[in-house]
Amino acid sequence: MCCTLTVAGTQPPSSPQPQSDVKIVLEGSGGPPKLGIAGVIPLSSDAETVAAAKTIADVLYDDISYEREYYMIGKDAISTIPKPASLDGVPLDRWKEVNADGVIVGTVQKTGSGALVQVKLIQVASGRTAFGKEYSGSIANPRQYAHTIADEIFQQQLGFRGVARTKLTFSSDRDAERMKGPTGARDVQEIYVADYDGARPQRITNTRTLNITPAWSPDGQAIAYTSYRQGSGSSFSTYQDLIVSWIFKGQRETPTNGNPEKQNYLPAWSPDGSKLAFTSNRDGNPEIYIMNRDGSGLRRMTTNPAIDVTPTWSPTGNQIAWVSDRTGNPKIYIMNADGTGQRMLIGDYSDRPTWSSEPFNEIAYAARTGPGYDIKIYSFASGESKRITDGIGSNESPAFSPNGRHIAFTSTRNGKSQIFTIARDGNDLRQITREGNNKFPNWSR
Amino acid sequence: MRHTWFAAAIVGTALVFAGACHHNKPPVAKPTPPPTTTTAPPTRPPAPPEPVPETTPVPPEPKISDDPLTASDLDAINKNSPFQPVFFALDSYEVDGTGQQALTANAGILKKYPSWVITIEGHCDERGTAEYNLALGEKRALAAKTYLVSLGIPADRVRTVSYGKEFPFDPGHDEGAWSKNRRAHFVVTSK
Repeated sequence: MCCTLTVAGTQPPSSPQPQSDVKIVLEGSGGPPKLGIAGVIPLSSDAETVAAAKTIADVLYDDISYEREYYMIGKDAISTIPKPASLDGVPLDRWKEVNADGVIVGTVQKTGSGALVQVKLIQVASGRTAFGKEYSGSIANPRQYAHTIADEIFQQQLGFRGVARTKLTFSSDRDAERMKGPTGARDVQEIYVADYDGARPQRITNTRTLNITPAWSPDGQAIAYTSYRQGSGSSFSTYQDLIVSWIFKGQRETPTNGNPEKQNYLPAWSPDGSKLAFTSNRDGNPEIYIMNRDGSGLRRMTTNPAIDVTPTWSPTGNQIAWVSDRTGNPKIYIMNADGTGQRMLIGDYSDRPTWSSEPFNEIAYAARTGPGYDIKIYSFASGESKRITDGIGSNESPAFSPNGRHIAFTSTRNGKSQIFTIARDGNDLRQITREGNNKFPNWSR
Repeated sequence: MRHTWFAAAIVGTALVFAGACHHNKPPVAKPTPPPTTTTAPPTRPPAPPEPVPETTPVPPEPKISDDPLTASDLDAINKNSPFQPVFFALDSYEVDGTGQQALTANAGILKKYPSWVITIEGHCDERGTAEYNLALGEKRALAAKTYLVSLGIPADRVRTVSYGKEFPFDPGHDEGAWSKNRRAHFVVTSK
């Protein structure tokens, strides 16, 4: 398939330095290391290669900035530094003048089957290559090369997983379609996916009904969501059911096999992808259930006349957090994955827990802080919650990034509902969607 | 291999959908100009009609039924719905006295039309979170259904569905709007 990105993993052939076994880790002096992008050089002058080179450079700049581990030297500050004509042609003395600790240089060329991209991260002081790789694949999506390079630099240099190759899914009414309602037309919401930065949104449902609460499978091959479906037979009553959509195969499954008397919503995948937790009214009340992905092994987890809703799994799959209003108001509870040990975890009026993996091991949630909601993060280590949004608009439906460093959420701060991301320390708020109303974000692994 | 790209087929399909949504605008009809009038030559006026003898009785006016429920299709029924919604307090799914009265009246209609199947939609105002409101709306619909069943309506004639806060009846941001949105709304889905 043309689109598979393969990694050759070799040093660029033109590197003059001898191969070193010692890993070079860039360090800053009294702050984060300062990086500049010296250039991504198109090795042929056709428009597609030139455009691909520019895209890779621009996106790489943004991807590396995103984790706020490096200080990216501003493009204006380096505009007078001559661009290299080859991987070896970086004028390191000029970069020393702007106090760069590292520079990134790359090349792009077309091959018979697609493209070849080379990249080096050079330690300015020594001139040595800290990171060097080449990549081959399609030229159709140059952004993907930048995302891969950024993620691999974070892994190799700093030992953590970046999110540049991850995706968001969310519900959107941007196509302004309507479905029939009892007193007039109602806005449809369809499921979309987009890159973590909001680029390349693609619609994946076309059911002309309300489709909400999407959740990525851990392997990134499927999205489970809640869909409002029409009953069959003589009655056209609408009911909620889970749909599992295999988005690359174009196939859909309905493992919960719902009907108006057995409705199902808010799916959550176990971390190993083998099970779905969800809410169902099949026993007359919203309760939490677990089921194998193929629909077998149904097990009821809560048996309380209160509302029990919005399950989420711990990163190990050993526990489930969910929301119960058994004390009168909705609060976050946790239990073991077999249903035992149910206890209140967070005393805030709260909803929609999302649980991050090590090293952070935190639960983000929406807490009522006034007329609206704010995102808070509960730390298991400290047992305390910290508010990270600012009381502007209502901020709900948080979803942790897979590395636990960022949260996607819905906010009405600009009027309509839009998806935003924010770092777990409350900095770096970014707007991801702009068209229509967009809600219920979920972040792939 | 984890680094999978979106298949070209997916991109192509999505673009087709997006294209279909945005570009199929119907052609705009242009109004045709009115025909030009020409002045007709004057003619002699026609002779007045002969008076008709009063022998034919005037047929009676057709009887208009005052019962709106004889409308033939579900859309018309639901647009002029005979059912009253039940309204709820903030964060609550308790049916109060006013709600019980509304449900009693609704039960009467259901007994009068024993073939009708209804769906009770549960709705919430915007101040709850989207996810919790999906469940709260469900509890509101179920509370209304439970009361109807206690009045003798068979449970299989009453369906429920929750829309949380996704379809507010009033898009406003004050208690006047919110109170309209915290409701169990009745829809005839089969008759």
